[in-house]
Amino acid sequence: MNQTRKFVSDRVRVVPPSGIRKFFDMVIGMDDVISLGVGEPDFVTPWHIREACIYSLEKGFTSYTSNAGLLELREAVSNSFQRDYGVNYDPVDQILVTTGVSEAADLALRAVVNPGDEVIVHEPSYVSYKPCIVFSGGNPVTVSTTRENEFRLTGAQLEDAITPKTKAIILSYPNNPTGAVMGRKDFEEVADVAVEHDLLVISDEVYDKLTYNGKHTCFSSLNGMDERTILLNGLSKSHAMTGLRIGYAMGPPDIIKAMLLIHQYTMLCAPITSQIGAIEALNKGDSEMQAMVREYNRRRKLFVTGLNELGLDCFEPRGAFYAFPSVQSTGMTSSQFAEELLNQQKVAVVPGDVFGESGAGFLRCSYASGLDELKTALERIETFLG
Amino acid sequence: MDMNEILEIIEQDPKIDPAEIARLTGYPETEVRSRIKELEDSGIIRKYKAVIDWDKVGEEYLYAIIELKISLGDRSGYDVIARRIANFTEVRSVRLISGDHDLSLTVRGHSMKDVAFFVAEKIATLDQVQSTVTHFVLKTYKEDGVTLFEKDKSKRLAITP
Repeated sequence: MNQTRKFVSDRVRVVPPSGIRKFFDMVIGMDDVISLGVGEPDFVTPWHIREACIYSLEKGFTSYTSNAGLLELREAVSNSFQRDYGVNYDPVDQILVTTGVSEAADLALRAVVNPGDEVIVHEPSYVSYKPCIVFSGGNPVTVSTTRENEFRLTGAQLEDAITPKTKAIILSYPNNPTGAVMGRKDFEEVADVAVEHDLLVISDEVYDKLTYNGKHTCFSSLNGMDERTILLNGLSKSHAMTGLRIGYAMGPPDIIKAMLLIHQYTMLCAPITSQIGAIEALNKGDSEMQAMVREYNRRRKLFVTGLNELGLDCFEPRGAFYAFPSVQSTGMTSSQFAEELLNQQKVAVVPGDVFGESGAGFLRCSYASGLDELKTALERIETFLG
Repeated sequence: MDMNEILEIIEQDPKIDPAEIARLTGYPETEVRSRIKELEDSGIIRKYKAVIDWDKVGEEYLYAIIELKISLGDRSGYDVIARRIANFTEVRSVRLISGDHDLSLTVRGHSMKDVAFFVAEKIATLDQVQSTVTHFVLKTYKEDGVTLFEKDKSKRLAITP
């Protein structure tokens, strides 16, 4: 083994495995575990979308598609953004369909980062951003967000992190793992700094539809931002389609063209079956999506209230499907709490520091689970806390 | 307070406690209780009902869908005959439908004979009923929006990003 390790590139060797992996290994093999560690909907893809996929297979749609994705899907994406946020993206040269948003993020970084460029990432945030920056040859620069500011990124924090090498910022709101959202004013602060320092913004808005208490602001809908924003989104969370792997990137034609170049030599195109399902989801999936969002909202209220009643301080998450309670009052670290809770009460949660140092002292608890499971989880946590 | 939200929760789970609804919606419990009372009093909530898979219980119920052609009298409309038919306890549902027939009934009995006699003696003999077509139900896969298949186990991984 050690003989072959030398062949692995330095760029990959420096990246540690995801901290989530450790908990996954612990949970595997345990019975009767209630998992709040799942970052995907517990709903199955709505039937009419699955049916569209099945029908497409019956009709023999099993070929490659255009590298950029089926034009009909890009048009559906374009129409949905025009309708929801009033932003215009030309389906011909401003939209690229990818294999999940993860691929879109990777392509965006590889298309714009030169060796040594710095890319700013706010934390806590999704585990893939920093490794992808490293894989692209760039250097991640972390900005810690805080509980006091409800894990929003401020313009001042961003300004402090900028150096002459800064090329781009990754924004991710509604946020995984905190459930934090940024409103229009918050986004405008970031936009001002981006303009002042001529930075690109990669905005991952995959949880946009899962926004409670108000409407999501699309970053590229801000004045002038469409020229310096790569907007990432997909159907995994909004339409419970994680396994179908459909994401997309939208942005200025030059950048989309650069991303398409990498995509056509690597992934080639997203699976046609999933693309056909995605067209159905975008054109006819609103009512099912809204029903799922209403259900998440109920679970959110029940679960967050329950955590606070147990003395685990949790701010009100207004997006995604995660609660991010603090365990500092227990005197335990995130990892200690998560490991003991799993071993003693068989409730799986993810330690917050997996998502960056500023997540230390917190837990990520997904409420994308049935109400009965959430109630049982709260009871078990209560027993655990004594 | 969003009345539809409360109704949607109760439709999904009629056994739910008002305190629980308050936690799910964020509304005060006393308001939830009084709103439910209003919904019951006004007849918006008609009944709290369970969907039972009687096949699983082993109970020998037999269901049939009966389609009726109706000839309307001078002074009586569909509502009059429908109301009359709805009074029979064997009749589980009565609907006015478009197409070749006018009314569609769901009838429950303990045997084919039971249902056949009921239709022949009680329904077909009504003056306004011109003809009947009886379809016996062989198996029910979905009832009142609830599928009666065995539930699939979750296929999600225990921990994901």
